[in-house]
Amino acid sequence: MAFFPILQILCSTAEDRRPLPLPDDKAAAASGGTGRQIVVACPDCDLLNRLPEGVDANLVCARCGAVLRKHRTNSIDRSLALTLAALILFIVSNSFPFLAMKSGGFIQETTLLTGVHELWKQELYGLSSLVLLTCVLVPLAQITGLLYILAPLRWDAGPAPQAVRVFRLVQDVAPWGMMEVFMLGILVALVKLGKMATIIPGISVFSFGVLIFVMAAAFATLDPPLLWDRLDLRR
Amino acid sequence: MNKQPATARKLGLLSCHDCHLLVDQPHPQAHSSCPRCGAPLHLRKPNSLHRTWALVCAAIILYIPANVLPITITSALGTRQADTILSGVIYFMKSGSWEIAAVIFIASVFVPFAKLVILICILLSVHFRSAWRPKDRTVLYRITEMVGRWSMVDIYVVTILVALVKLGAIATIEAGPAAVYFAAVVVITMFAAESFDPRLIWDVIEEDV
Repeated sequence: MAFFPILQILCSTAEDRRPLPLPDDKAAAASGGTGRQIVVACPDCDLLNRLPEGVDANLVCARCGAVLRKHRTNSIDRSLALTLAALILFIVSNSFPFLAMKSGGFIQETTLLTGVHELWKQELYGLSSLVLLTCVLVPLAQITGLLYILAPLRWDAGPAPQAVRVFRLVQDVAPWGMMEVFMLGILVALVKLGKMATIIPGISVFSFGVLIFVMAAAFATLDPPLLWDRLDLRR
Repeated sequence: MNKQPATARKLGLLSCHDCHLLVDQPHPQAHSSCPRCGAPLHLRKPNSLHRTWALVCAAIILYIPANVLPITITSALGTRQADTILSGVIYFMKSGSWEIAAVIFIASVFVPFAKLVILICILLSVHFRSAWRPKDRTVLYRITEMVGRWSMVDIYVVTILVALVKLGAIATIEAGPAAVYFAAVVVITMFAAESFDPRLIWDVIEEDV
């Protein structure tokens, strides 16, 4: 059994005082020779943790407490459904005005993109691009990227071309999607202007509010280890 | 003392940054990519300490104009009023909406400042090969990575105000120069947190045992 030494190491605790046996074919041992990975290194502290036997078990790093595996029921179906819902909400949010301000005889309506446009007109190009990127382009890339990866897997077709690259991109841009922060910004702006004028929330505010939760749910139901396994380049 | 935890590095393994597949450590000169997901493989994030230090220094420099210069310029009925981040907070406190004052203060002043302080402390602790509470420092790093995005809230408020308040002669709001500096601070500190590798905290302890 090629993976036996590693099993031994992992069955012993981190405090074990025995010297570590070094197996010859370490990477093969790590995958158990069967393609199923049996150990995983913690991304935060590098400790090797043994994966639990059952498919529905969770795993937390024994040394630093990072969550290494979290079980998700029916992950692909659920994420796909939620991502589709997110796409519809995203289109709605960008098509209708999200706030209107009434002061005296004036009514000023704005859509998500008006703010970006106004900053651009004030020659604040960097700022304008940053807002466009974090509130429109990154969420759009995340939604379409997930649909592109999940849809073929759902209907048991092989992985889409370049799906691995797309999934890496989706993970890499994730910190830059800031719709929930933008929503908080809307609330603050509402309070700030509430005393100056009447603010009428538009359809977009509501669809945007729901979109945030749907997006969060889509990512919470996503099971990256499962997806990496299905998208494996070596298959 | 022979109390060595089994880490991937110790066993000559390497975990892919993107898909966490364990692979054999390649030769130091080889530029290999992950067999499962194609990402470039690194034992640790490349030049992690240098990059993080550089970005932290840049953020500290930009933090000053971000707080001193005005972030919004309001013109209403012929009068112009420039507001800095802090004067905005004070205005909200005086006008009674202390919740909003708290949100803006925490997101725009406290979080970027705390983030820089925490990153500097973690960097120094790695530099001096400290063995002090590595788990807590890792958790602190994870928090830093997570909360950074919320600092953007002030930028979005400015964007919305600029878009909404342009009622011709009655009132307009323009974004001030601090908006650019502040956005730069947020983006740069996010990159700084991303470029730091928390495994370095543990590496120095294992090397010293």
